[in-house]
Amino acid sequence: MNKSTSWFNITSLVFGFAFLYVPILILVVYSFNASKLVTVWGGFSTQWYVELVHDQAIIDAAWVTIRVGIISASFATVLGTMAALVLDRYRKFHGRALFSGMVYAPLVMPEVITGLSLLLLFVAIGFDRGFWAVVIAHTTLTMCFVAVVVQSRLVTLDRSLEEAALDLGCPPVKTFFLITLPLILPGVVAGWMLAFTLSLDDLVIASFNTGPGATTLPIKIYSMVRLGVTPEINAISTILISVIAVGVIAASVLSHRSQVEKEKAERAVFLAG
Amino acid sequence: MIEAVGPIKRKFAPWDDPTLKPFIRFENVTKRFGDFTAVDNLTLDIYEREFFALLGPSGCGKTTLMRMLAGFEQPTEGRILLDGKDLSGIPPYKRPVNMMFQSYALFPHMTVEGNIAFGLKQEGMDTSNISTRVAEMLELVKLEKFAKRKPHQLSGGQRQRVALARSLAKRPKVLLLDEPLGALDKKLREETQFELMDIQMELGMTFLIVTHDQEEAMTVSDRIAVMNHGVIAQIGTASEIYEQPASRYVADFVGDINLIDGTVTAVDDGNVTLHCAGVDATIVAEAGPGEVTVGAEAGFAIRPEKVQISLEAPPVGTPNVLSGEVWDIGYLGDISVYRVRLAGGSIVKATVANLTRIVERPITWEDKVYLTWPADAGVILLK
Amino acid sequence: MAERWTQDVKPFLAKWALVAVPYLWSLLFFLAPFLIIFKISLSQTAIAMPPYVPVIGGLGDFLAKLSDFTFDNYVFLTEDPLYYSAYLSSLRIALVSTILLLIVGYPIAYGMARAPKSLRNALVMAVILPFWTSFLIRVYAWIGILKPEGLITIALQSLGILGPDEQIHVYNTEIAVFIGIVYSYLPFMVLPLYAALEKLDATLLEAAADLGCPPTKSFWVITFPLSLPGVIAGCFLCFIPIVGEFVIPDLLGGSETLMIGKTLWAEFFNNRDWPVSSAVAVVLLIILVVPIVIFQNQQKKA
Ligand SMILES: Nc1ncnc2c1ncn2[C@@H]1O[C@H](COP(=O)(O)OP(=O)(O)OP(=O)(O)O)[C@@H](O)[C@H]1O
Ligand SMILES: [Mg+2]
Repeated sequence: MNKSTSWFNITSLVFGFAFLYVPILILVVYSFNASKLVTVWGGFSTQWYVELVHDQAIIDAAWVTIRVGIISASFATVLGTMAALVLDRYRKFHGRALFSGMVYAPLVMPEVITGLSLLLLFVAIGFDRGFWAVVIAHTTLTMCFVAVVVQSRLVTLDRSLEEAALDLGCPPVKTFFLITLPLILPGVVAGWMLAFTLSLDDLVIASFNTGPGATTLPIKIYSMVRLGVTPEINAISTILISVIAVGVIAASVLSHRSQVEKEKAERAVFLAG
Repeated sequence: MIEAVGPIKRKFAPWDDPTLKPFIRFENVTKRFGDFTAVDNLTLDIYEREFFALLGPSGCGKTTLMRMLAGFEQPTEGRILLDGKDLSGIPPYKRPVNMMFQSYALFPHMTVEGNIAFGLKQEGMDTSNISTRVAEMLELVKLEKFAKRKPHQLSGGQRQRVALARSLAKRPKVLLLDEPLGALDKKLREETQFELMDIQMELGMTFLIVTHDQEEAMTVSDRIAVMNHGVIAQIGTASEIYEQPASRYVADFVGDINLIDGTVTAVDDGNVTLHCAGVDATIVAEAGPGEVTVGAEAGFAIRPEKVQISLEAPPVGTPNVLSGEVWDIGYLGDISVYRVRLAGGSIVKATVANLTRIVERPITWEDKVYLTWPADAGVILLK
Repeated sequence: MAERWTQDVKPFLAKWALVAVPYLWSLLFFLAPFLIIFKISLSQTAIAMPPYVPVIGGLGDFLAKLSDFTFDNYVFLTEDPLYYSAYLSSLRIALVSTILLLIVGYPIAYGMARAPKSLRNALVMAVILPFWTSFLIRVYAWIGILKPEGLITIALQSLGILGPDEQIHVYNTEIAVFIGIVYSYLPFMVLPLYAALEKLDATLLEAAADLGCPPTKSFWVITFPLSLPGVIAGCFLCFIPIVGEFVIPDLLGGSETLMIGKTLWAEFFNNRDWPVSSAVAVVLLIILVVPIVIFQNQQKKA
């Protein structure tokens, strides 16, 4: 590549990432602002974090959100992994087209439609809106993301590994737990994390399906934002961002390290002949 | 490095013994994928303790045949019997058959030991017996030092040995090997071929091997089946296949062959006279399989090493003489190949062993030469 | 008997359960809701008036009540210009922002794909990371920046471009919505583009150069056409959800921005008119069916 294009590449990367990160950075910085006016810098302070700790409503909402996230992500991981297996393994069965449609459509379906339609279902079958309604709604949405992530892992899995296990006398269900699952585990874990953060993130679907006592953090934040920008929101946001960033970076570093170790070992064998 | 190669193989020909029952039997087996027929009404018997090779071009259905025996594919028609029992409906994990996969299919998250022990654990063997058996297997494939390694920490040849040990560990009645040596270099491959033969003798198992490599098939196996488009073109020992090919296809697929076309002018007690208008000669030779009648289109097939080449004209009246000029000479080290252009323009190959180290050879380019052969060296094959 | 159980019945059941469980879940919680939304959109407004229809007698009773079909709600949608202008404006905003996303995202994806191999994974990570952090928070972050007394105004004032009393009026306009959408959906555009560009063999460009094609031209005749699958995937991945977007127009667009997601939300939460909001959703779904089907075929091919 010649110089001019590589300058072009560097510039576009710098501007692109600045665009992605500067707003978040500003948000974080202003969470430490002593002034109540969000845009005027009044010195460094952690008072908004202190206030947050004493705000019972926010703590309750955070707690609900985490429980919804963990439960729905776990359900979604089981269902999504099953869906991925079906799509990968059963090439032909009655209703496969409908099934794959139902797996891919929620990826792009506007949230207002998903949220409203699920609410109407719950009303129709007499299921109370609230905690479990949100859990079911989030499971339904996020299982599709899990399915896509796990499926991309399954595609790269060498099918002869499973055949080898069958050949050596291992029944199919046991083969899944001894061979398939350990090998697709990184995809399954990534799927769970994705499902968890999507659940943590969701405002629209949760708003339709929530009920008394099941206010999630995004619903709470949204109602605060409607009343105006406050440093307290910046503080919650900063905490959320840090938790997720640490989690995601830790996960990727771990998987990267195991990859590097594997490559190192392979190289050592190669050099040893 | 020369190593002792186990006990010498005695004559072994259960297929000639009418009182013996075949161990594996494919009975009119057909396999279709959609409207494509991969295996077409195929019948094949394999005997106990036999080392049987499937040879054929890519896509002829070798792997499919093997996967049906292992239970990964169900025959569309026909049935497969093992030791007299119909295998249909028995899932792969219940069949006393093990397979060594072409890609080895070693479980990447288990150690060498774990891989070899896997099948034994499924059997419910107790731990102390498992470790004895695993140690035995590691010794057999000379990998004792690598027991604790993961597959990705092994070289290609070592992986292939682990795969072999794993498929042997359960002492299956039948071992299936799908191009087991495909990934190895020539030298390692030849070594391993002999090791495979030793192991098969030692454990007394039935081996079914798929290979692309005819030399490999001839080296290791008791019998070979040559396949073409889902059917078997010929079954026989290596020398039967090579010396008495049943069809032009087999003659052409296995080894090098000269084919000279002509018309049958006389048939006399198994000897056929063939008039070859193209090269302006008359050839007399044994008839191959199939009914040869006067007037039929046929070909004379002869291996290059059976053709003698000389500068002097043979005595007048000698049958089976062709003449032409040397068109090309290929020096291959142990032998030289002479490509001789006959009168009609067709080429016949003759090989000569290079017995001496002389640099100058008596026959050279554009020499006029005569080609002769012993009466029984070639065979007449119908078109 | 036991033999038959382990041999035939158990594997069959396992196989069947593997398909049935996720299938039934999706049927019940994804497909059935659409049928219900469709049905309710055809029912009379009164039935579903708040507080949250007491559905005594369960499903049968509830559906029986709904059986007086009426197209009133759809007629209502056509009578009030609010609705069709909201649909049109949603489609327009989605189209413009998808194009903007492509223009902004392509150079980033291109730069990533041409970056040294050792850096690429880190760059992909850097694009994904904001996507993992809350959508709501990322939109919220822009309020403080775009407000009339916000950071952009302050920055421009301190640079002397704006006078001390002048302000930038972007907040609560469509421009703010475009900024918010481009910002939030950028990873969805960049990642498929990157995936397509990364696969592209660098020797193709060398071959083109070798045959006398200048770099800018080889971009248009080689790179861009070969990255088209990524372009298409990225565009659908952004366009479809943007049409129904609620949070961004609600927080950044103010009252002047008309989008159908907002309308639906207001119809449901403020007017509490379930049948009309259902009708709004059904029409939105019908509009999106074609792009969704195209997207799915694309997914299946990939
Ligand atoms: N699952 C399948 N679906 C459709 N066609 C198949 C399937 N498996 C095999 N075939 C076809 O059946 C034919 C035989 O395949 P098979 O794998 O048995 O060939 P092979 O003799 O082992 O070839 P090779 O030497 O290349 O391994 C091929 O033409 C292949 O395309
Ligand atoms: Mg094969």
